[in-house]
This record gives sequence, structure tokens and C-alpha cells, in this order.
Amino acid sequence: MALPSYAGPFERTWYYSYRVICAAIFIFLIVPIIVIVPLSFNAQPYFTFTKEMLSFDPDGYSLRWYEELLSSREWMRAIGNSFFIAISATIISTTLGTLAALGLSRPNMPAKGFITAVLISPMIVPLIITAAALFSFYARLDLANSYFSIIMAHVVLGTPFVVITVTASLSGFDQQLIRAAQSLGANQVTTFFKVILPLLLPGVVAGALFAFITSLDEVVVVLFLAGPEQVTMTVRMFSGLREEISPTILALATILVAISILLLSSMELLRRRSERQRGMSPG
Amino acid sequence: MADIAADGYVPERDESGALTTVDGTPLKISLRKSQRRAKRRAFYLVVPLLAFLFVTFTIPIVGMIVRSVYNPEVANYLPETSAAIADWDGEELPPEKVFAAMVADMEVGLENRTIGRAAGRINREIPGARSLVMGTARHADEMQPPYREAFLAEDEDWSELEFWRLVKRETRLITPAYYLLALDFEYTPRGEIVERPEIYQVYRLLFIRTAWMSIVITGACLLLGYPVAHLLATLPLRTSNLLMILVLLPFWTSLLVRTSAWMVLLQQEGVVNDLLVWAGIINDNGRIRMIYNQLGTIIAMTHILLPFMILPLYSVMKTIPPSYMRAARSLGANQFTAFVKVYMPLTIPGLAAGVLLVFILAIGYYITPALVGGESGIFISNLIASNMQGTSAQLKLASALATILLVLVLFFYWLFNKLVGVDRLKFG
Repeated sequence: MALPSYAGPFERTWYYSYRVICAAIFIFLIVPIIVIVPLSFNAQPYFTFTKEMLSFDPDGYSLRWYEELLSSREWMRAIGNSFFIAISATIISTTLGTLAALGLSRPNMPAKGFITAVLISPMIVPLIITAAALFSFYARLDLANSYFSIIMAHVVLGTPFVVITVTASLSGFDQQLIRAAQSLGANQVTTFFKVILPLLLPGVVAGALFAFITSLDEVVVVLFLAGPEQVTMTVRMFSGLREEISPTILALATILVAISILLLSSMELLRRRSERQRGMSPG
Repeated sequence: MADIAADGYVPERDESGALTTVDGTPLKISLRKSQRRAKRRAFYLVVPLLAFLFVTFTIPIVGMIVRSVYNPEVANYLPETSAAIADWDGEELPPEKVFAAMVADMEVGLENRTIGRAAGRINREIPGARSLVMGTARHADEMQPPYREAFLAEDEDWSELEFWRLVKRETRLITPAYYLLALDFEYTPRGEIVERPEIYQVYRLLFIRTAWMSIVITGACLLLGYPVAHLLATLPLRTSNLLMILVLLPFWTSLLVRTSAWMVLLQQEGVVNDLLVWAGIINDNGRIRMIYNQLGTIIAMTHILLPFMILPLYSVMKTIPPSYMRAARSLGANQFTAFVKVYMPLTIPGLAAGVLLVFILAIGYYITPALVGGESGIFISNLIASNMQGTSAQLKLASALATILLVLVLFFYWLFNKLVGVDRLKFG
């Protein structure tokens, strides 16, 4: 969108102010996430930049909140819970979701629109409603306050993302490849593992990452379903934020930001890989 | 010779001359069969997830909806009374047979320890009814007919018509009572539906506020998201991919991290207020309260939902050829006219997707309003949660509120699916 050479003075002004507006919106998007990183190294229990920090005095910075986080038994247990639940839920939801996406993208899938809408609905139904419904359901089965109920709930919440992502990566899939493989003598299973899966893998991994982060980040359902045993880091964080924000939470938040940067970069690599495989790469 | 293939293969035909397969089945039937098989195979792949969701998602939600109208206490624990009171007209004290039935129910109820539950249900509508029922029930086995006189001798309050009318109303297994409450209505003692006294009206106001704030947040997301999506879609790919990170990083960052970041930024002693003081815009005593109110909820939720607006808009805008704008310009439109008349109409699918998605997500939000909303910035979800927990939990009221919210959300989801199509949803 370069400025055309015939642009008048008004258009020139607008062109530059438009960019300034967009820059401001980008700042709005990114600054809140960036700001907490230095604040988590604050030597004082304040949530703003101290004079020492602004003058880059080393005494203004400290790792004390990280130490507090990592030496706390409860926090480490909660973090362990979070990862255990997220990994279990990711494995199940990726399997179920990928299978369903494969079915949905077959050309002769019956009632496709309706079934897709049903499979995506856990993403749309407000979390508080899901939590309320699941709480009563599992309480009646005597399974509330168990890892099982939380993992199952997170599978429900994670599958829509797997279905969406894998379906999207299948939408550009050339069905002829399947026929080609089969005409060359491959059976269904061989076709799946040698032709479909390698092309699909970026989509599946992306879906798995989505399911993982969904579970890791989920609060509401765990808040209702977890007993004291199953408390996760986000639930601890939530109750911490409700009572009194402690800088320890900012240390955890910074770690979580690092995790999301890691996940984002893996997504970007996956996207590039799948574009390369399909010859759509811009170079 | 069209039906002879290059390799000299001659297709089989039956008597009427229609094509058949080798074993003699007409080709049409054979094809239909194989298509059915393909359909079944496709469906089998979806079955595991559908079945899983049915058990772990659909059944619990349907259970919640049933619970919101199901009212079994009186009908189940006072079965004789329920049967006897059915043809009472409610104008004067019930006939002897109702009192006799009540005695029978009390005796059974005492033995099974279920009488308390029925009494508890009635007590919720008429405070004091519990002790009345329980007090009389303890002497039920010593009572002699005529029971009506015996009851009145036991306690004057048995002559209250209001009590018996309530018992009659509560014998219905299905009740709209919790929905009435969820919409700030209630039954009068005579069974008419009226608005609750104004000081108790909270829910309708909160539904309206939730919808209104969701609209404001959606509007803010559109206002901020449209220019950014447009910029990203029109910049060269390398630059836009780089800038896209600024949209995707918040999208991938934990909701709680973003909410806590806003709590830190917007506090009265926080970074934004510090900056404003430093810049001399406000003085140190005039720090603005930007959090624990509606403003806090709106700012934080706009930030959280903005990527859901930008991504669908971007994916639609990227498909609009830039030559359309150039064509409009060359035909004499100025930039503004070209934008409004040519570009904007083409972005409507993305616009609809973004607006509906953000609105649907906003209306059911819980975490962010709970943390930064304070008193004035909470949503209906927060009230559902507080009715689920704690000592004053009212599970059925919570279920009714949740069902109303669910119907609202499903309506917009249906609209989304109709206008946009869920299969076009994409992230990243």
C-alpha cells in the first residue's frame, strides 16, 4: 500500500496519520504483555517502575519473586498439575479431533455443516455454563474433585481447536493424492501414514498446541471441578489476583509469556513448513 | 465408439442395454452403494468425537436445563397430599381428605426422613413453613380424625390459605419459578405472576448490562481492529508477517497474564497513572480510577478479544485484489469514496465473522470481569458463579440464569453459522 505518486496533500496527511493510528493500536496490543516482564524483576513489591529501575540501577532489580515462586511447594505442585492435565487432555483431544476432522473433510460427509457446528460448540458455549453443567454432572457421578473429570472437561474444550486447525490444513488438501497412492497399490492404512499424515502433520501439531494452551490456561472449569489436590497454577493465580496481587504472580506471568512466545514460534515454523510443502511459500 | 476404452475393454451391459459391473449389478445401484459406503466411512471417523461430546458435554448441559425447571420435592415427598389437593379450588380451607393425606405423608416422610426436604422447599417460599410442618409431623402418628380439627388444634397457622395454595402450586413437577426469579418476576400468594419489588431487581439489569457492555466491547474491537487488519492485508507480506506477531502474541498469551497485566497497568499507583502524572496531564492527587469498574472491564476485554476481530477481517481483506481500488480511483472516485463504495462492502463477510465472534465470546465472559470489574463491571456469568458457590448457593436459580444465557449465545452462534459458516473459522 505505497503512497501513489499522484496523492494530494490531504491524502499524504491521511496516509501518515493512518500509520500513526495503527502504530498506537499495535502498542495497545503488545505493551501490556511486555511491561510485566521488567516489573517481575522489581526488587520492591510495587507494580510500577521505581526510580532505581528507571535509572538502570542493578539494585532496583532482583530475582526474589522468581525464587519465591520456584521454592514454593504449593506453586510447584500447581504447576505440575497444570502440565499433567494439559498433556493428558492434549493427547486425547488431538486423537479424537484429528479423526473427526478427517471425516469432516471427506467429500461425502453427511450433514457436514450441522456436525461441524456441534463439534465446535464447546468453544462457543460460555465457560461458566460448561463449568456449571459439568460440576453437577460429575458431582452426581461422584467424580467431581478428580483429575479424571478435569481432563475430560479439557478434552471437550480443546477438541474444537484441533478440529478447526486440522480441517483448515485439509481444506487445501489434494484428494487426487489419495487416489494416486491407491492406484499405485497402497492400502488405506499405508495411504494414511505415508501420504495423508505427513502433509497433515503441521495442522495436527498446531491443533495439539492449541489444545495444550487451552488446557494450560483454563481457569473456570478447574475452579469448579478441582478439589485441593487438583489445584492448577491458573487457579492459584486467579485466587491470588482476587485477594492481593503479589509480584510472584508477575514472575509466573513472565514465564507464561515465554511459553507463549515459544508456542508462537513453533506455530510460525509449522506454517512455513506446510506452505513450503504445498509450494505456496513466498520465498 | 464411446464405450470402448483405449485398451479395448468392453463394458458389460444387461438386457436393457444399461451399463453393469462385472457381476451383473446395474452400475447405478453399484455406484449408489459405494457412495453410501463412503458416506458411512466418513461418518465413522466423526463418531468417536460425537459420542464423546454427547456424553461429556451434551448430557451435562441438558441435565442443567432440566434441573432449572424440575421441581420434584413436594410431588415426590408428599405424594398423597399432591393427589388429594389436585381438585381443591383454593377458595377456602381444603377438605378433610387433604388433611388425612397430609397425615399419611407425614408418617411415611418421618420414617424415610424425607419430610424435611418437602418442608424445606415450601419454607423457601413461605418462611416459617418448615417449623410448622416439622412440628406437626412429630405428632402425626398420635392424631385422630377428624384431622382438620386436629391440625388446627396443633397450630393456628394450618388455617392459612396461602400455605395450601403454595402446596398445590408446588405439586407440579415442572415449574417456571426459577425463570421468573431470573427475570425479576415472582408469584404472588394467589399464584399470579408479578414483578418483584424494585429493590430486589438485579438480574434483568445485569442481563441488559452484559449485553450493553458486550456491544461496547465489540464496537471498540471493530474500531481498533479494522484499520490494523487493513494495514496488515495491504502491506508487503514480509512486513505484515512481522507485524502479525504483535497480534498473535497476545492471542497466544494466557488470559490471566493479560488480565493481571492490565491490573498492574491501570492501578491507581500503576504505570498508566504514573505516566499521566509525569506528563503533567493529571496531578498526583487526581489519579484516575481505571480499574474495578466498567472502564477496567471494557479496556481489558477489548484487548483480550481484539485478535478475534483482526484475524477474520485480515483473512477476508487479504483476498481483495488491490486493483479494485485502483480501478475505482481511475474511474474518478476519491480515496474515501473508493474505500466506502468498493472496499468496505467486500469486507462484510470478515466483519460479520469478527463482530459475531467477539460478541459471542464477550457475553459469556467470566474471569476478566471477576478480576477487574469491581461492583459495576461484572457480567451475568459472575452472578451465575456466585449462585453456584458458597453457603447461599441457589443451584436452580443458577441453572435458570445459565440456560437463559445459553439460549442467547446459541442464537448468535446459529446466526454466525448461517451468515459466516463455522467451517470457515481459522486461527493463526
